Amino acid sequence: MAEAFEPKIVAFLCRWCAGAGADLAGTSRLHYPPNAIPIRVNCSGRVDMEWVVEAFRSGADGVLIGGCHPGDCHYVSGNYKTRRRVYLLRKVLSEMGIEPERVRLEWVSATEGAKFARVMREFVAELKGLGPLHLEAAERPAEPIAARERV
Amino acid sequence: MPNPRPDARGPRIGVFVCHCGKNIAGTVDVERVVEALARYPGVAYAARHEYMCSDPGQDVIKRAIKDHRLTGVVVAACSPTMHETTFRAAAEDAGLNPYLLEIANIREGCSWVHDGPETTEKAIRITRAAVEKVKGNHPLTPIEVGHAEKCLVIGGGVSGIQAALDIANAGFEVLLVERSPSIGGRMAQLSETFPTLDCSQCILTPKMVEAARHPRIRLLTYSEVESVTGYLGNYRVVIRKKPTYVDPDKCNLCGDCAKVCPVKVPDEFNRGLSSRAAIYVPFPQAVPSSYTLDEQNCLGLNPLRCGECAKVCTVGAINYDMREEWIEEDVGAIVVATGYDLYGKEKMAEYGAGTVPDVIDALEFERILSAGGPTRGEIRRPSDGKVPKEVVFIQCSGSRDPELHKPYCSKICCMYTAKHALLYRHNVHDGTAYVFYIDIRAGGKEYEEFVVRAMEDERILYLRGKVAKVYRDGDKVIVWGVDTLTGKRIEVAADLVVLAQAMVPSAGTEELARKLHIACGGEGFLKEAHPKLRPLEALTAGIFLAGAAHGPKDIPEAVAQGSGAAAKAIAILSAPTLTHSPEVAEVDEDLCSGCAVCVPQCPYGAITPGDVAQVNELLCEGCGTCVAACPSGAMRMRNQTDDQVKRMIRVALGEPVGVGRG
Ligand SMILES: Cc1cc2nc3c(=O)[nH]c(=O)nc-3n(C[C@H](O)[C@H](O)[C@H](O)COP(=O)(O)OP(=O)(O)OC[C@H]3O[C@@H](n4cnc5c(N)ncnc54)[C@H](O)[C@@H]3O)c2cc1C
Ligand code: SF4
Ligand code: SF4
Ligand code: FES
Repeated sequence: MAEAFEPKIVAFLCRWCAGAGADLAGTSRLHYPPNAIPIRVNCSGRVDMEWVVEAFRSGADGVLIGGCHPGDCHYVSGNYKTRRRVYLLRKVLSEMGIEPERVRLEWVSATEGAKFARVMREFVAELKGLGPLHLEAAERPAEPIAARERV
Repeated sequence: MPNPRPDARGPRIGVFVCHCGKNIAGTVDVERVVEALARYPGVAYAARHEYMCSDPGQDVIKRAIKDHRLTGVVVAACSPTMHETTFRAAAEDAGLNPYLLEIANIREGCSWVHDGPETTEKAIRITRAAVEKVKGNHPLTPIEVGHAEKCLVIGGGVSGIQAALDIANAGFEVLLVERSPSIGGRMAQLSETFPTLDCSQCILTPKMVEAARHPRIRLLTYSEVESVTGYLGNYRVVIRKKPTYVDPDKCNLCGDCAKVCPVKVPDEFNRGLSSRAAIYVPFPQAVPSSYTLDEQNCLGLNPLRCGECAKVCTVGAINYDMREEWIEEDVGAIVVATGYDLYGKEKMAEYGAGTVPDVIDALEFERILSAGGPTRGEIRRPSDGKVPKEVVFIQCSGSRDPELHKPYCSKICCMYTAKHALLYRHNVHDGTAYVFYIDIRAGGKEYEEFVVRAMEDERILYLRGKVAKVYRDGDKVIVWGVDTLTGKRIEVAADLVVLAQAMVPSAGTEELARKLHIACGGEGFLKEAHPKLRPLEALTAGIFLAGAAHGPKDIPEAVAQGSGAAAKAIAILSAPTLTHSPEVAEVDEDLCSGCAVCVPQCPYGAITPGDVAQVNELLCEGCGTCVAACPSGAMRMRNQTDDQVKRMIRVALGEPVGVGRG
């Protein structure tokens, strides 16, 4: 019998807010599904959209990017840059037939452990609804140059 | 357990998995994690321990580094915010560069939030990803930086004065920048202070004078910070000193100039309850003790237009040709103590929107109570100068009102309202004071006792409830409220109403924060690096917060925070050298096309464009925003390259590891 689909997720979390929020979810023992493997970055602004593409290529069904709330970025404005990059990337993804909802951007503060757990639960449920991502070799996205900022 | 097939020349990573008692081992099969990692390529040794952070646990790591000639270490344990420093120090003790050690967080992000067999699988994936990161890490050395030995203190209220004195007494030079003509801040405007009722100016002025006389404090009043560049230990600040048109060394405060000045404008120090000339001294004990000519209101700074003041000044202190001065200095640390304002009573539509003369704010009442104030300390109301016999004090005016005004508690209004009511009763023996309150918050040393004293005065009536409306009726001010304890509606025909307005950050706080690259919270108060553990620091290294600029505070707290911020600044100023994280961005000059896409990404202006971009590694804080934007892959983050992260991604998602779902 086929096993129930468990989406695979990579979660890029900034260390100051979303990462700290995830830690708080831990300290508060707020359970959520184990589908995401977290990768810590200094700032959500460090997340290269190529990483997201790399994750999809390597079998991820979804990618979560967690940063500080607008105005709260430890480095002043990294999260605004991320917001723009994710917006552009989503457009590219949908042109390629990949559901843009597979990339989720969330602002989670260091005190929002409960929000982090909720986001994980929601995202897993949403990806279950979308089903597995099937990337045919031909459909595989080229370098996402279009998602980069131009001056 | 040693890996049976370690490659002699390749990486030799050691993996150390912590049980954390039952915290990790309760849901993660630690033994299996060790087995899975021992077989993982590049891992030379894997072990577990009940408590890795204990001394015996650390010894396991240290011994293995030596015995197995490890080239890198992964500790799978709690969040890196807990023990990264501990383990990196242990690695360094054993001769391994600390930047070759990484933490795999299998507690907060795994064992505490999941159960079931997938927990172990996830722990293995997290740990393998960390091994991939370590494989790509390079040994790094913290960057050593020299620093300036001066400190900038912005804001000359009691908090800033305290910080300046402490730093100067520790042997360092201080620039104390105050934008008004005198230091002293709000405390100079207060009458007497709770809970001891000592005279505010009497306890403040000695400190003001001490600051002015201190050989290591340079007082820059009537001055503002124009720009701040640089980084921890090496800030370059530019300060603009406005012209006062009066030489403070010559001025002897005779006041002849003000008597002949034809201009009359509201006196800010008295909150508009009296007027002053265009040439004025804010209050008699002002420091520096000199008149200031306010050019905005002067008729023309020109003997042809007016020139009355210069004519009568016998010591020749007035100089219409004085120009603004620009002062540039290098400082090692900065203390921000810019204080507070009161939320404008014109914003209180329900309380007359500032149009009723006998509805005043709490600072106006402080001036009325002050011996040096507009009524010489006699309690007389603004409209007709009569002694008010019925006074209503309204607490929480503009505070704790998320719908219309400020959501937060201003913290000190319960206290100063009790003080106001008591001082009123000391002055007007047959007067009655009403205090409307929501709750009484008197959580300070001897504060509760002070409020109880006010409550026990039979002519101070404490009424629990909110005032719905205040309006003028003839020469009375009608106050409509509800006593929520009895449920009765109350109407008072008062002679004077005093609003305990919410405390808000000083005008211009956000603008200054922007210049300093520090953050303000939602309500505009300066934001600390951590609400519990780093309450004195801004998020930008080397900048410290003091006083009411950081949130509503009373004097003892503002002073304590001033001293605390000073201690933090002194730690920087007295360090032989400072270190900066080496985990910053760098440019691969062979790949950089000079496109300069990275330059505007950097919030710190750390990147200089050119044939190839250059990163100032001292300015770079390591956010990585530029790295993610570089289209050529030329901008790199040390020890977190795209290559490293892509390997981590692949490993995190890689084939199942044979437990749980597999
Ligand atoms: C009505 C009332 C009664 C009070 N009574 C008491 C009491 O009895 N006991 C008690 O303990 N506390 C009392 N307080 C609280 C007390 O006033 C504050 O705790 C104290 O003044 C805070 O000091 P500070 O130095 O942080 O700020 P402030 O006193 O506000 O000083 C800040 C200084 O910074 C300057 N400044 C602002 N912006 C800039 C800038 N951009 N550049 C340069 N300079 C700048 C300002 O001009 C000012 O001189 C009372 C407050 C009020 C409103
Ligand atoms: S974005 Fe990259 S290629 Fe362009 S200047 Fe910066 S480092 Fe060089
Ligand atoms: S990593 Fe961040 S701080 Fe450093 S140069 Fe790049 S954008 Fe500036
Ligand atoms: S530090 Fe969290 S988004 Fe920038």
